[in-house]
Amino acid sequence: MPLIETEDLTKSFGYVPVIKRLTLKIERGECVALLGANGSGKSTLLRMLSSLSKATGGVIRIGGWELPREATSIRAQIGMVAHKPLLYENLTAAENLQFFGRLYHLDPVKNKIRADILLEQVGLARRANDLVRTFSRGMQQRLSIVRALLHDPDILLLDEPHTGLDQRGVMLLNELIMAARAEGRTILMATHEFNHAALLATRILILERGSMILDRPAADLDSAQLAAIFAEQVSA
Amino acid sequence: MKTPFLAAAMAIFRKDALAESRSRELIGAMGLFALLDVLIFSFALELNREARIEAVSGVLWVTIIFASILGLNRSMAMERDQGNLDVLLLAPLPRSAIFTGKLLGNFLFTLLVGMAVAFVITILFNVPLFSEWLLMVLVMGTAGFTIVGTLLAAMTAQTRARETLLPIVMLPLAVPLLLAAVRGTTYILSEAAQGEWLPWLSILAVLDIIYLVLGIILFEFVVEE
Repeated sequence: MPLIETEDLTKSFGYVPVIKRLTLKIERGECVALLGANGSGKSTLLRMLSSLSKATGGVIRIGGWELPREATSIRAQIGMVAHKPLLYENLTAAENLQFFGRLYHLDPVKNKIRADILLEQVGLARRANDLVRTFSRGMQQRLSIVRALLHDPDILLLDEPHTGLDQRGVMLLNELIMAARAEGRTILMATHEFNHAALLATRILILERGSMILDRPAADLDSAQLAAIFAEQVSA
Repeated sequence: MKTPFLAAAMAIFRKDALAESRSRELIGAMGLFALLDVLIFSFALELNREARIEAVSGVLWVTIIFASILGLNRSMAMERDQGNLDVLLLAPLPRSAIFTGKLLGNFLFTLLVGMAVAFVITILFNVPLFSEWLLMVLVMGTAGFTIVGTLLAAMTAQTRARETLLPIVMLPLAVPLLLAAVRGTTYILSEAAQGEWLPWLSILAVLDIIYLVLGIILFEFVVEE
C-alpha cells in the first residue's frame, strides 16, 4: 500500500482550478522531487497533503488514513519545512523546540534529549540558548529541519527549502535531506532547482498548471536532461 | 496521537507569555495608547463629581476596547506574518485549543493594560476604581472583548486591510458587551443598589459564555483554507 495516495485530487480557488484531477502514489521510503513553474500548484499540493488546505474534490490517503476525516492522525506523521522557517523569533532555539514538543505531546525529558541530538547534528548545539532572531537565514532553516524532525515523522514535506540559502547552507541542508532519506523517511520536496532534484530524489515529478506531465525515476535523468525536458514541456 | 486540549492551549499560552515578556510588543503598544488616551480625556473633561462618575466608565471602556483592538491585531498578525499559524495548524491538536491558547494570552495582556488604565484613571479623575465588584466587571468585560477580538483577528489577519477591518467588524459585535460593561461600571461607581447593577453583570457573564462557545466552534472554519 502506498504511504501517500491521491485519487482525482482537485483544488480550485474560486473558479480558478489549481490542481486538476491528480492521481499520485508515493511508496514508503521514496524521495520525490516535485518540479514546476511558479503557480503550477506545487505548494498547494503540499498544503493539501499536510491538511493545511482542504481539497475541492478527490481523495487523499496518507498511511491508510483519509483526509480530512482523520487529519489529526495524519498530522502526527508529517513534518513540514517551508521556505519560511516557521519559528518564533523571540524564543531561543531550545524554547522553540520545547514548545513544538508540547504541541506534539512529547515526553519533556525525551523531547529534550532528542532536541539536543538533532541540534548537535545540524551544528546548532552551541546556539541552543540564543534567540532565533539572532540566527542567520541558513541557521534558521537548519533549526526548521530540526523542528520538522522532532516528533520523528514518517513523512517530510519540503516546500522550496533551499530558498535564500547560501552555498554552505545549501550543502548542509542537502546533507540533512540525505540523512532523512537514509533513515527511511518518505520525502516530497517541491523545488525549482534541477540539480537538487537530480541529486537528492529517487523520483521526479513535474507539475504543470495542476496536472502531472512527467513522472520518472531520478536515475533516468541528470540535471541537464531535466532542464531540457522542463524547457520543452513547461510553458512560460 | 492527539495532543490533549488543555496541554495544547497551555503550551500556546506559555509561548505567547514568554515571547511577550521578551519583546513587550503588545503590552507596550497597548499601554502607551491607553495612557495617552486617558491623559487626553483628563485634560479635555473638566467635570464635577457626579459628571465625572458618569464619564469615567466611558473613558475606561473606550480606552480598553481600542487598546485591545491594537493588541489583538498585532497578536494574530505575528502568527500570520511569520507563517507560524501553519505550525500550530500542522500539529495534531484540536483547533479550539489554538483559539483558547491565543485567547488566554490576549486576555492576560489586555487585563494587565486594563488594570493599569484603571489605576491611572483613579489618580487623574480622583474616582476609586479598585473595588471587588468593579474588578469583576473589568475581568468579565475584558474577557468578552478578547473572546470576540481573538476570533475576528484570526479572520482579518488574512486580509491586507486588517488594521482597519478589525475595528469595523469587532465594534458592532462588541456593542452589547460595551453597553453592559459601561452601565455596570457606572451603577457600581455611583453606589447604586445591587439590584440595579447586578443584571448588567449577569448580562456580561451570559454574553461571555455565548461568545466563548461560538469562538470555540467557529475558529476551525475561520482558519480553514
